[in-house]
Amino acid sequence: MADYTASDFRKGLRVELDGIPYVISEFNFVKPGKGAAIYTCRLKSLIDGNTYVRNFRSNDTLKKPDLDEKTMRFSHNEGEDYIFMDENFEQFTIAASILGDSRFFLFEDCEVSVLYFNGRPVDVTLPTFIEKEVLETEPGARGNTATNVLKPAKINGGFEIQVPLFINQGDIIKIDTRTGEYSDRVLKR
Amino acid sequence: MSSSHHERARLESLKPALAFRSLILSSIRAWFEKAGFIEVDTPVRLPTPALEVHIDAIPSGNAFLRTSPELHMKRLLAAGYERIYQMGPCFRLGERGRLHHPEFTLLEWYRASSDYLQILQDTEALLTHVASTTFLSSHQPPTSNHSSSFPLPPPPWPRFTVSELFLAHAGWDPVRDYNDRRFEEDLVNKVEPALPRNTPVFVMDYPAAASALSRRKPGRVDVAERWELYISGVEIANAFSELTDAGEQEQRFRQWASQRQADGRPVYPLDEAFLSALRLGMPPSGGIAVGIDRLVMVLAGKSALDDVMTFREADIQREITA
Repeated sequence: MADYTASDFRKGLRVELDGIPYVISEFNFVKPGKGAAIYTCRLKSLIDGNTYVRNFRSNDTLKKPDLDEKTMRFSHNEGEDYIFMDENFEQFTIAASILGDSRFFLFEDCEVSVLYFNGRPVDVTLPTFIEKEVLETEPGARGNTATNVLKPAKINGGFEIQVPLFINQGDIIKIDTRTGEYSDRVLKR
Repeated sequence: MSSSHHERARLESLKPALAFRSLILSSIRAWFEKAGFIEVDTPVRLPTPALEVHIDAIPSGNAFLRTSPELHMKRLLAAGYERIYQMGPCFRLGERGRLHHPEFTLLEWYRASSDYLQILQDTEALLTHVASTTFLSSHQPPTSNHSSSFPLPPPPWPRFTVSELFLAHAGWDPVRDYNDRRFEEDLVNKVEPALPRNTPVFVMDYPAAASALSRRKPGRVDVAERWELYISGVEIANAFSELTDAGEQEQRFRQWASQRQADGRPVYPLDEAFLSALRLGMPPSGGIAVGIDRLVMVLAGKSALDDVMTFREADIQREITA
């Protein structure tokens, strides 16, 4: 069933195409002289974040996706199963494959937003910044405050991220969960 | 900051662009006066909008706001006016984008006993005049944010046919084998991006199927005497040798009306007053429509209409719905 016609399209609208929910992340309207309108959309998948550009015409339609968002807190994991609880302490299990690298950034009681598509969880959004202890890294180069030279550091779960040379084992660092990249040092050991 | 503070800050920053626009408008009027044209004003509210397949009109009471002044200006031509121009607001429903604004300023001019090539020479002369007067004056164009700025190179400006551009950049010839959807998408995605940026260019001789209100080339059923002007890759103007055959005009209107019906768009009544004027006879003529806001935008070196519109669609809508 058609829920949106091309004239409804705008930046930020969530749509469904070929069974995948997307958000229109960029939108442009063009109309070559005397011709029919072309609605150029950059579609960003709400599942894997991949984007692609697609042209739509006036008579094209897209479905409104069945999406739901729930706020939950992380409890613990049992192997590949990650257990979350909603405000009524009801438990929900989300597979590691849906969390991706985000699973390494979780901590107990971390508040997340879970996106459901057709009743199935498809994406988990963490707070933009989280703090983690560096469990393992080469000793810091004292006095080297450059932030553009990086070395690997391990956080819990053995996940490796790139940090500046002055970071030491035991430091608490801030990580941007959108990119999975180091952002700042919070506490020096 | 409140919205009125935002508005004040925005309008203040627009001063150079609006002064530049004002200069362009007076320079345009000066050129037409010198070239022996008279400025006319035709109705903004019409009982029926000019029928086109892909243009929708905004209703206004029991009438419509004009999408262009074209049909009334042709009635003046039919009544014996030889050189007329008009610059004023036009309205198109739902047209909103970087290069579209539902309320915009259109310049149209027509010459009796003439054709699209004479209009092309007018265009080169007019824009060269506008460029020289606005850029020699004390007003400098607002700081440009891309490289295509004045002065325009001296004419003649390059002319390319639709066929040669499509064969070079899209690998097919829409004049031989027309497909409207493919034509429009390849025009926007392949041909327009390949047009030179360092000079205005004319894209000439459109497929007859995309001819709108233009006459066919003598001896050619497949090509219309229509061109479009591009500056900095932006479509600025559309010109025709005007169709003057009342029978063919009525047939095209009826065909577009049924096309609109098939597309689920509102079907407007035929403009009988215009068709009657054509039946009484209209001289062979050339005419053109120029998007003034776009012209100001490219000459100011801006990349979006919103950079040169005094009040933008979002501002207008906010006031309407407030």
